[in-house]
Amino acid sequence: MTPVLDFRSASLRFGERTLWSELTLAVNAGEFVAVLGPNGTGKTSLLKAVLGEQKISSGSIELLGSPVRHGDRRIGYIPQQKLIERGTPLRARDLIALGLSGERWGLPISTRAERARVDELLVAVGATAFANAPVASLSGGEQQRVRVGQSIAANPALLLCDEPLLSLDLAHQREVSELINAQRKRSGAAIVFVTHDVNPILGMVDKVLYLAAGRFRIGTPDDVLTSETLSELYGTPVDVFRSQGRIVVVGGPDSHEHHEHDHHVPDLPVHRTGVI
Amino acid sequence: MDNFWGKLFNFTDFAALLGLVHNSILAGALLGVVGGLVGVFVMSRDLAFAVHGISELSFAGASAALLFGANVVGGSVVGSLVAAVLIGVLGARARDRNSIIAVLMPFGLGLGILFLALYSGRSANKFGLLTGQIVSVDNPQLLAMLIISVLVITGLLVVWRPLTFASVDEDVARARGVPVTGLSVAFMVLLGLAVAVSIQVVGALLVLSLLVTPAAAAMRVTSSPLLTPLLSVAFAVTSIVGGIMLSLGGGLPISPYVTTISFLIYVVCRIIGARMPQRRSVATQGAS
Repeated sequence: MTPVLDFRSASLRFGERTLWSELTLAVNAGEFVAVLGPNGTGKTSLLKAVLGEQKISSGSIELLGSPVRHGDRRIGYIPQQKLIERGTPLRARDLIALGLSGERWGLPISTRAERARVDELLVAVGATAFANAPVASLSGGEQQRVRVGQSIAANPALLLCDEPLLSLDLAHQREVSELINAQRKRSGAAIVFVTHDVNPILGMVDKVLYLAAGRFRIGTPDDVLTSETLSELYGTPVDVFRSQGRIVVVGGPDSHEHHEHDHHVPDLPVHRTGVI
Repeated sequence: MDNFWGKLFNFTDFAALLGLVHNSILAGALLGVVGGLVGVFVMSRDLAFAVHGISELSFAGASAALLFGANVVGGSVVGSLVAAVLIGVLGARARDRNSIIAVLMPFGLGLGILFLALYSGRSANKFGLLTGQIVSVDNPQLLAMLIISVLVITGLLVVWRPLTFASVDEDVARARGVPVTGLSVAFMVLLGLAVAVSIQVVGALLVLSLLVTPAAAAMRVTSSPLLTPLLSVAFAVTSIVGGIMLSLGGGLPISPYVTTISFLIYVVCRIIGARMPQRRSVATQGAS
């Protein structure tokens, strides 16, 4: 079976700096891959490369057997969360409709079939109640629901999510990640999910790609998210704690990563969600 | 006092005057359509200040044309396009854009003042460029304005949906292969043309009342992507046609009438918008 997404010895370098090199990873239909690691390790660039917006330095990335290209309808995309500004002339249903046919020239007049599809998507992401509300009036969690609806509108084979849970509270983190997971179950889409916190999706993830310091590890969460593996990856002692089904990574990385990595003393209450 | 109001609103011989300016009214209505449609994107792309910057360079171009005896509409088109492209290319980021505009604007205005000071023709022409005077526009110029207006409207209708996508949701639009950069340049060109024709009517200083106020008013009362441009066009056409008709008798420039009507529409829309029921209270508190 052809993998949905296939990295073959893919490398990305910016001048002297290597973000990742010799990355070989196949993501199959229905697979959920979490991309973890501190900021600045090339997680977003990895998504941009799959979207055909970032040329890789060497190797190849293929989507369903052919090299990735820009603007492929078979890829759905949830960008890093930016709240839509007030006064934007767009309702929830319109944002979803853009995911269906936003690239088409001409006036934004939908066909009956398109309107039916948008209604269906509104139901699928539980956004019917605020379908006609201005997007800007929606809360962060509601906007992300709509974003999920937009990203799956064209029934993509691959869904790329860039920190879709950022700045959501725990309940909304769970809701939004479950919506994304539901699409995988419904359509067999492959999911590549960039996040700094694996906990909300821990139960869904098949594989983890952990990027750090120009190196990476690939494996199941249980294989990769261990003190031993991460210490080796970071090249400095890192402790991974598991408590009540949550994972907390403590210590390690060099100073410039300190603000990205919260360092919890394990016996103190963890007020922010576990950090990875 | 009677004299003041009489000068402001004078309807003697109104029918006869109307007959004389029906061309201007038609041209005004078309400009209203241009302004109303362009305004929607000016608002959603946050380009209100850019409109002002472009209009000052357009004014410089028009006054240069006046001085050298060239076509005034042509001059303002050239000025507009130069400004629009400069702002588009140098000001891709919002912060850069504002400073580029702030640098260009006084330069354009200064040039315009220089050209006008050197110009020795009819002084009404001078003042008209800054404050507008559609009735003084002659027929060949009217034709040029019509052609440009039709061009802008057609261009906008063709790119409407992808331009909406690129304006409100740039990252996803780019991921979907929408030519975000190309559309941005194309819109700046259309905006430049729209500014150039609007200047002929309301003048460089008051272009915002045609290209921003109607759309801003519409967005106060609706979020529908279909209703917003329709209302915006209706507001712009009402402002400009109403302004032309009201100004007929008094022989005053039309721009104060246009700007006042468009301002009043905005105020009314703001009041209506504030009274519209806020969507569920959770939405307003829940924004994280």
